[in-house]
Amino acid sequence: MNEISDLGRRGFLGTVAAVAGAFSLGWKVPEAHALAAGAANSPSVAAGGVEVGIWAVVHSDDRVVVRIARSEMGQGTLTGLAQLVADEMDADWSKVEAEYIAPEVNLASKRAWGDMSTGGSRGIRASVEYVRKGGAAAKAMLIQAAAAQWGVPVGECASSEGVVTHRPSGRTLRYGQVAAAAAKLAVPADVTVKQPSEWKIVGKGVKRLDTVEKLSGKLVYAIDLQLPEMLNASIAQCPVFGGKIGSFDAAKVMGMPGVRHVLRVDDSTIAVVADKWWQAQSALKALPIVWDEGANANVSSASIARHLESGLDAKEAFVGLKQGDAEAGLKGAAKVVEAVYGTPFLNHATMEPMTCTAKWDGTTIEVWVSSQNGDASLAAAAEAAGVKLEQVKVNKHHLGGGFGRRGNQDYVRQAVLIAKQVPGRPVKMIWSREEDMQHGFYRPITMAKMKAGLDANGNLVALHARLSGQSILAHLFPQRLAGGADPVQFQGWNKEEFGYQAIPHLLIDHAMRNTHVPVGFWRGVNHNQNSVYLECFLDEVALAAGKDPLDFRLGLMGQMPKLRAVLQAAADKAEYRKALPAGVFRGICANYGFGSYTAAVAEVSVSKAGEVKIHRIVAATDCGYAVNPDQIAAQVEGSFVYGLSALFTSENTVEKGRIVEGNFDTYEVMKLDQMPVVETVIVPSGGFWGGVGEPTIAVAAPAVMNAIFAATGKRIRTLPLKHHDLSHA
Amino acid sequence: MIKLNVNGRVHEVDAPADTPLLWVLREWVGLTGSKYGCGVAVCGSCSVHMDGDVARSCGIMLGDVGEAKIVTIEGLSADGLSHPVQKAWLAHEVPQCGYCQSGQIMAAAALLKGTPKPTDAEIDAAMTNICRCGTYQRVRAAIHTAAKSGAA
Repeated sequence: MNEISDLGRRGFLGTVAAVAGAFSLGWKVPEAHALAAGAANSPSVAAGGVEVGIWAVVHSDDRVVVRIARSEMGQGTLTGLAQLVADEMDADWSKVEAEYIAPEVNLASKRAWGDMSTGGSRGIRASVEYVRKGGAAAKAMLIQAAAAQWGVPVGECASSEGVVTHRPSGRTLRYGQVAAAAAKLAVPADVTVKQPSEWKIVGKGVKRLDTVEKLSGKLVYAIDLQLPEMLNASIAQCPVFGGKIGSFDAAKVMGMPGVRHVLRVDDSTIAVVADKWWQAQSALKALPIVWDEGANANVSSASIARHLESGLDAKEAFVGLKQGDAEAGLKGAAKVVEAVYGTPFLNHATMEPMTCTAKWDGTTIEVWVSSQNGDASLAAAAEAAGVKLEQVKVNKHHLGGGFGRRGNQDYVRQAVLIAKQVPGRPVKMIWSREEDMQHGFYRPITMAKMKAGLDANGNLVALHARLSGQSILAHLFPQRLAGGADPVQFQGWNKEEFGYQAIPHLLIDHAMRNTHVPVGFWRGVNHNQNSVYLECFLDEVALAAGKDPLDFRLGLMGQMPKLRAVLQAAADKAEYRKALPAGVFRGICANYGFGSYTAAVAEVSVSKAGEVKIHRIVAATDCGYAVNPDQIAAQVEGSFVYGLSALFTSENTVEKGRIVEGNFDTYEVMKLDQMPVVETVIVPSGGFWGGVGEPTIAVAAPAVMNAIFAATGKRIRTLPLKHHDLSHA
Repeated sequence: MIKLNVNGRVHEVDAPADTPLLWVLREWVGLTGSKYGCGVAVCGSCSVHMDGDVARSCGIMLGDVGEAKIVTIEGLSADGLSHPVQKAWLAHEVPQCGYCQSGQIMAAAALLKGTPKPTDAEIDAAMTNICRCGTYQRVRAAIHTAAKSGAA
């Protein structure tokens, strides 16, 4: 079932990539019809604002509404992008708001607003060039309009906080007073953006633009949508991935309260449509269904483990990074250290389950959805409805969590397939938590066999990291495999990202071992697992070499000075060289990913009975330029909750071909009482724009794992920790 | 018809007695601030006040509510902002995605009503709501701030 929507997205993403390429060549002047299209479907324009360029709408009361193409899922991108535009505009931040550009408007405007995909921590760093120029263009237009009104040269005018001043005379005009005239001017093709020293809003921990409505219950998430004549749907998918519907007995539930339809959505999905969702869900639970579970019904976590173990010493493997001769280096080593690590499948478990509303009127399909990619939602809806892209309308809602899950459009496709069978009325499809837990795109299961060779002086001379496990691209985007290899598998371990290239003999390779379980991009993606394997193993190697874990790492990071600096910054803040209270132990680690450098120091004690207490986390980030330091801190804090949930308790296991865990009672995640105090250290070195939402997760678990080893002498190599006895003498 | 007192108003609800209060609130009364997260009273996204105590509305059946006064996030303060917990949440920029925050705020407000100056241990014990964005550090700080401002 995923295959069909994936094919749709594949074709579509080609187009998006081509457009992104065009943007990378330089600022494209939006075409005139782009403005008209944007004006046609914009709440701010409908409310009387005027478009000054395409990125900002200015109201006569001076409010500036910044257009947002990416999605807000909690990561703060909406506010960060608004800061970038507003700063270049010299807007008054207290009067700045934001609104989404509708995907169909972007489409009709030849994607004037760029890529809508919100993942890979790219929301800001991939938009920064064109949104800043958009802000600068708006400012130029506002100044030009004011100068024209006064009949003075533009060069005599200056802008600040939403006001244009004619310097020689001291006359002023507010943006709201000149917006209507500015909107009629041509958008300048050639604008210069500010130097970092000129920023007034960027770099400040300004308040988020989307907080207030999240405190009152008023924000309408996709699950909260209420439309006239709306029906509600709950779905059941074959619990065994790859299985199909055998039969179901609709007559048994058609008489239940509110029930309108029992539908076959596709080969593996059944929906009950009712007046209210609770009625649909109650009928779905009562619906007799026979599944044709197919060939995967015998797969278990044990059989998957055997499959992965076969890759650890397999002859054939894709090479990710190679220098020198690792095999010879290991053979010639004075001492060899070896260890096998492993991590399980993990569900994203967004708090808002998958939800989408769709309405089919015979020619147009309209959807209301929280999606990480508005473009892809539009394409998936068109594909499922069998209509042209131009016949789709997408209403974007803020996401109740994304974490990579809502880049996949399976739920949009299902909602459209349901709506097509119930023409004329909007149908809101909500997945139950159990459906959400058992039909995710899981973080892929992998193992790693790590081998290191030390010379007689304890220098690390050879390292072989053999990954075995599932490939995300093989499941989602096989056309992006490179000669069969999945470059995403080597995140953190490729030539651009690997921090320890001073190791003379190096081999990192991957024996691909795919399963029938759908996998996807889980916040932080493969950096998380790879960092657990490498950063914990490096501690093992440092111990074998008789070296301090910090000194050992710093000694290998010469080729990556910014990674070295961020690790040093974390160590300094944590006063690494100072002794800790008795019974408290440190662990450290570092990683480079999503364009940012991160490092962490954990201070941990473990009781004799094996109870872990984290006393303190120090986390350092160098994301180049820090757009909003307070929101960066929020992302760093949250990354520890996400990463440490995976360390301590979360896992998805497989029995009889299906995911065992059905809800948060068995898929355990971190709660407030377990969250350590996280001290965020931001060390923005400038000169680049790095990601923020994901990079820190990679350093969360290894820092704590290394501290646990220091406290207990027990080296944990498989997650989650709940399966391990950490009691010690 | 079953009578239900929500945010100071009595509603006549045409739903079976075994319908979870959460879905009655969301689909019969039309108040969607209380969220569905798990349906098994584990995550706390559906937290409301029932006669002043925090309650997980997904696990309470309509027929069991009786005369109890229900307050949802929509009824916590007149303007949705002026309860000391909401003010503290804003000051600390607690929400990320925000989906669990209705429940977090209702749980915190109930905690402070019974325990005006909670210790960290008391916050640990009371605040068992799940937040996948990981806002817990700010939830804790905001509760302390609200306590100082006299939330009760």
